[in-house]
Amino acid sequence: MSTRTKVASEVAAILERTLVDGERLSDTDALTLLGSRELMRIGKAANEIRNRKNDPGRVTFVVDRNINYTNICSVRCEFCSFSSDPGDQREGYLLPRSIVFKKIEETLALGGTGVLMQGGHHPDLDFAYYDDLFRSIKARYEIHLHALSPSEVLHISRRSKLTVPETIRRLHEAGLDSIPGGGAEILVDRVRRSLSPRKAKTDEWLSVMREAQLQGLSTTATMMYGHIETLAERVEHMRRIRELQDETAGFRAFISWTFQRDGNRLQDKVPEEARPTPFEYLLTQAVSRLYLDNVPHIQASWLTQGLEIGQLALAFGADDIGSVMIEENVVASAGTHYTTTTEELAQLIRAFGKVPVQRDTYYKPVKIWD
Amino acid sequence: MSAPAALEAAALERVQEKVAAGERLDAADGLALYESDDLLALGELADQARRLRGGGDNVFFVRNLTLNQTNVCRVKCRFCAFARSARQEGAYTLSPAELADEAKRAYEQEPYNELHLVNGESPHVDFDWYLETMRALRAALPSVHLKCYSASEIHHMSTISGLSYKRVLNELKQAGLDSLTGGGAEIFSARVRKLIAPGKEPAEAWLEVNRVAHELGIPSHCTMLYGHVETLAERVDHLLRLRELQDETGGFLAFVPFAVHLENTRLDPDLVPATAAEVLRTIAVSRLLLDNVAHIKAYWIAMGLPLAQIALHFGADDVQGTVGREQVFHSAGARTETEQAAGRLVRYIQAAGRVPVERDTLYNELARWEAKA
Repeated sequence: MSTRTKVASEVAAILERTLVDGERLSDTDALTLLGSRELMRIGKAANEIRNRKNDPGRVTFVVDRNINYTNICSVRCEFCSFSSDPGDQREGYLLPRSIVFKKIEETLALGGTGVLMQGGHHPDLDFAYYDDLFRSIKARYEIHLHALSPSEVLHISRRSKLTVPETIRRLHEAGLDSIPGGGAEILVDRVRRSLSPRKAKTDEWLSVMREAQLQGLSTTATMMYGHIETLAERVEHMRRIRELQDETAGFRAFISWTFQRDGNRLQDKVPEEARPTPFEYLLTQAVSRLYLDNVPHIQASWLTQGLEIGQLALAFGADDIGSVMIEENVVASAGTHYTTTTEELAQLIRAFGKVPVQRDTYYKPVKIWD
Repeated sequence: MSAPAALEAAALERVQEKVAAGERLDAADGLALYESDDLLALGELADQARRLRGGGDNVFFVRNLTLNQTNVCRVKCRFCAFARSARQEGAYTLSPAELADEAKRAYEQEPYNELHLVNGESPHVDFDWYLETMRALRAALPSVHLKCYSASEIHHMSTISGLSYKRVLNELKQAGLDSLTGGGAEIFSARVRKLIAPGKEPAEAWLEVNRVAHELGIPSHCTMLYGHVETLAERVDHLLRLRELQDETGGFLAFVPFAVHLENTRLDPDLVPATAAEVLRTIAVSRLLLDNVAHIKAYWIAMGLPLAQIALHFGADDVQGTVGREQVFHSAGARTETEQAAGRLVRYIQAAGRVPVERDTLYNELARWEAKA
């Protein structure tokens, strides 16, 4: 038997165990799937699980915008094309309150339900800044605040000499509704030491999330891959997410995407041959659907893959196509410029044979786009 | 499962049984496949059919150059953003010598095995111009396969010269022509041609040119331009008419489906372009219906390399080629880079678990790369 045939029959056996017997994928199983080329078979299995967990006739999306309130950052990760050093007078910025309000008003006018606010680790911003920012937004607008990330929360707690639980409790009180899963990259310290030595380590990232989830904040998890990590490290990343999810059930969704390379220091360390192709993107997403059996939603990333592969990702385990993203800066600064509108996203979903449903950040339906 | 979904599933199952038994599919099967929402099941079925007919892991591409000698065209199809009137800004016509020089210069920079030449149907040239072009190209590029002109252009040459298709094709062949391209087929339905290409020859003429070419030992290609005003039944009819001619002659080397590009064209601006799912579905249905055409091309120039890569699991086994200097799709808004290094094609094919094979136009193997584990 050729290696290819042997792998194909191993894949078939793994899929049968998980689909028919309801067995959880082991790390070895996940590694076998990721290393195989059985895209269609794995995709069909992922789609089957997606249909068991979510309405098979519907695909959801959210209308929101990213507001990157500052790009000034003392962390400066290797893969980042967005941040500026503290003291950089030319490129660095901190958005004035009036601009933040204007962006929120535009979002609401376009039928948006939330904003995702993330920024750099600005050395001068402490808890008081965020307290005031969130309160001023909530006093003016009825909008969901999906904001910060575990490493930003950690930065604020250190800057203000507050414990992590206290920081989260106070941010929540000030108006923070949920925390996006940014900054996870690959939750393996070998990788983090090399890519983002000054950012939250794996256990720190997870413990901020655990605390937020215990306090009732909703969260998501992400994975950015296709750089220096091994396939086994992708699996380890997913395992850490799955373990925490067993404990808390606090992750609503998992979103994976590939490293975008323009304008950052990491690009030179990742040779062209190592860049994941769309085939690997779809395969990785499908495996994440199968492995993360306790996470309710899988989001496709049209923003990094383009609308075409974004649409196809709906056949490979995703039940949600993410956000219309009225504004986005971080991926755009790494050279990837895909844009869309609500109507276009709805049309893609219809052309895929599903009913497009706009949702809020909690996945509650807002509007059916028939 | 809802009632329509159950019906769809039953129809798909019927087709699956026919495929497994090696039975030929009919128009009703074609429609059922098109209407199925189970995209991955459709792709798997197409891949299975391909393998049952002897296909393996090879994925082909050719090093080629695309040239257009003139964009002056009397036909003015509504989907075309390339054609010009003779006096319109941007109109150009190269002489046979200019074209041959350009082809030769390109060859010296980066050798290629195939020259793909298609043009507007210019009313301002005569048949000798075409013959001189063939002779000039043959002399300039003795080892290059000359894949030139669509059946529509052969029809045009016959019209302007008063010569039969047979005579036109014979003389071109003697002057150096090796094979015909597949363009101009669009959708065969007379209703559709009247709406999108009223100035073009009818389907019967397009098919007849190909029949004559095949009889003279000139192989050709066939295409379908979809995603405009045609119905699914008209797509299926198109595919079956190609299959019928192929049964008769066996002269088509490959089939290439293209989704229409809308920018700068005179098609209804409210048309919604075919999405990725539709592009893959069409690849798969073509593979399943055209059981007598050896290769289905995922033409990356039109669909982009990411989608072409995934199409390799939906029945396609060819990505066309390096396609230096493509202009026709780019006039209508295709955003793909036109000079695709062979290296990138190889990498995408390998990543999809397939074996890259460089071929010539007649699918003779020229080079092969390792499969990536």
